[in-house]
Amino acid sequence: MNAKPLQFVKPADFHARARAALDDPKLRQSFRGAMDFLQDKRSAQFPDGDELERLRDIGEAVRRHALARLPDLLVQLEDKLTAAGVQVHWAEDGEQANAIIHAIAQRNQATRFIKGKSMASEEIELNHYLEARGMTCLESDMGEYIVQLAGEKPSHIVMPAIHKTKADIAGLFAEHIPDAPYTEDVDSLIQTGRRALRQAFVDADIGLSGVNFAAADTGTLWLVENEGNGRLTTSVPEVHIAIMGMEKVVAKLEHIVPLASLLTRSATGQAITTYFNLISGPRRAGEKDGPREVHLVLLDNGRSQAYADEQLRATLQCIRCGACMNHCPVYTRIGGHAYGTTYPGPIGKIISPHLLGLDATADLATASSLCGACGEVCPVRIPIPQLLVRLRTEANRNPHEEVTHPLRGQGARFSRGESLIWRFWSGAFARPASYRLFRWAATRLRLLTPRAQLGWTQHRKPLKPAPRSLADLLNARGQEE
Amino acid sequence: MSAALTARERMLGRLRAAAPSAPEAVEAIDTAIDSHYQARRAAAPQSPRQQLDAMQVALRASHAQVDCVGVDAWPALLAQRLGEHGVRRLLLDAGSAEGQALRAALPAGVETLSFERPLAQWKGELFDTVDAGFTVARSGIAATGTLVIAPDAATPRTVSLAPPLHICLVYTSTLHADLHAAARAERWMDGMPANLVLVSGPSKTSDIQQTLAYGAHGPRWLWVLIIDDLSSHEGGQP
Repeated sequence: MNAKPLQFVKPADFHARARAALDDPKLRQSFRGAMDFLQDKRSAQFPDGDELERLRDIGEAVRRHALARLPDLLVQLEDKLTAAGVQVHWAEDGEQANAIIHAIAQRNQATRFIKGKSMASEEIELNHYLEARGMTCLESDMGEYIVQLAGEKPSHIVMPAIHKTKADIAGLFAEHIPDAPYTEDVDSLIQTGRRALRQAFVDADIGLSGVNFAAADTGTLWLVENEGNGRLTTSVPEVHIAIMGMEKVVAKLEHIVPLASLLTRSATGQAITTYFNLISGPRRAGEKDGPREVHLVLLDNGRSQAYADEQLRATLQCIRCGACMNHCPVYTRIGGHAYGTTYPGPIGKIISPHLLGLDATADLATASSLCGACGEVCPVRIPIPQLLVRLRTEANRNPHEEVTHPLRGQGARFSRGESLIWRFWSGAFARPASYRLFRWAATRLRLLTPRAQLGWTQHRKPLKPAPRSLADLLNARGQEE
Repeated sequence: MSAALTARERMLGRLRAAAPSAPEAVEAIDTAIDSHYQARRAAAPQSPRQQLDAMQVALRASHAQVDCVGVDAWPALLAQRLGEHGVRRLLLDAGSAEGQALRAALPAGVETLSFERPLAQWKGELFDTVDAGFTVARSGIAATGTLVIAPDAATPRTVSLAPPLHICLVYTSTLHADLHAAARAERWMDGMPANLVLVSGPSKTSDIQQTLAYGAHGPRWLWVLIIDDLSSHEGGQP
């Protein structure tokens, strides 16, 4: 499928990738335009500010309630689904999830997968796992299909190919799809994609999808989409495998109603998407289509680390709308690929450390001005800025310090020198006598300040203490300190 | 299988060890959801006629073709439309009253077929040769112009999905104000069919440079016939 190797980047290369992205005017223009478009569409969906706030309260309450009861709800979901004939699997990490899916394929002598959109499957890099074992895995979401043809990863969780222009896509289709002429007409391009993919639905042995929400009370998987590829994926092949992060369950089907409304309005500014596809089991007796086998893979992959900590648990409230990305001044300027993580932008910065470890992702939490836009638009009120500050603290914490909930990669950015400076700083400020001495020394020895001060002096003049301190000036005016 | 069990136990163990804080009472959330939607409906109450109008407006906004027709008039109208559109093979449930009425009205050039064989036996044929699928919605949702479709043995899932044209009949008397009202009135919490689908327009995508295009994978055209059965339900009241 992939003619060239995927352009994988490591999150650790974030600084270099961000610089490259900032130097790319075409990319910046496409992101700026797309994000303005999505911001406008979202705000048009929420003309009534009070309604939005009430709905956000409800969304947050539903998600917090579900997380508080998570283990029980997962068991309830499993029981309900099992009773309806769905096979439930538990995967601690990506490797296990991939192996489970591979084993299902082998049992069914299946080699051809068709995929609906699933960020969880991106997270575990399922396509490559299966391709390495002689199976094909074709993305059927138009945006995902485009990035798959390009040998790339999605740059946005809702609009995977948002970084591509019409011309890019026209070139890709002409190159990769037999008999496709070069055209930049969007309708023709979509029809070309449609023709190429519809045959794949007929031929596929297994359909693989994500899950937007799962209801524990009825055992229902709730899938949200516009294209119909998700419905085809889950209806046409004989086997359907759904994969979901284990945090996506809620207590009741009716709780999904406000969440679904928040999701579609926040994500793409739609009151509702074309399809809400509610799946509660395989084909029943007498039914002539729908999969004969349905599987659900519940994925941990680091989520239980976020879960263990009361504050970080809020990360798992996320309903994957992408509004935080669309409104983030950093994401808007550098795009999703710079992050090098499956989930980019603000949500990516707070979830990726749990999936990949802080050692691989420590730079991400620093890529924020803490302007608060992400927290302000989050439909379920995740306090993203506070979580970013917390993750910065954990990344700078001494790796040997014992804490109640250690994070994988704790202390990835810990520097003994920096910690000494901070210790000296707080010591100097904590006692009046030492503070006076420090002040005296700083003003008198100001000429010793270095001219190059790390990143600060790249674009600014060096910082230098004033010749006389504020306290000295006040004293000179005859006032008390 | 033991490895899978271990994974399950380990995952649940980790979650249980995190000692979840006491959850908010579920009743409080239920009440908040109910009163939110009730307040919105109370702020802009709609008569059944107004719901019908809202349904049409929302469906048209999502690029569906909508006709509001009388109980007896729709088969002839649809037959004419199908002829104009060049539909040659139409998939419907010949056992249903609506399917029979439509079949009786169709011109000779339109062939009807029922979903009698399991999908695997005629998958290619369905995808390549069937021009249109005809379904009857369980209900409609006025606020978003949504058709609630519950596929069954006679009208399976792919009828509303595989052919490029999906035609859906919905009765005015089945309209709900919003999704919350629909789920509540139809008691979804008491048990769901294997598949329930909410359809709001033809298949579409904005994946190419935010340009909206229709017919990405599913139906390119959605025709909705809203059958005005209100007068019979209103008992002849003006």
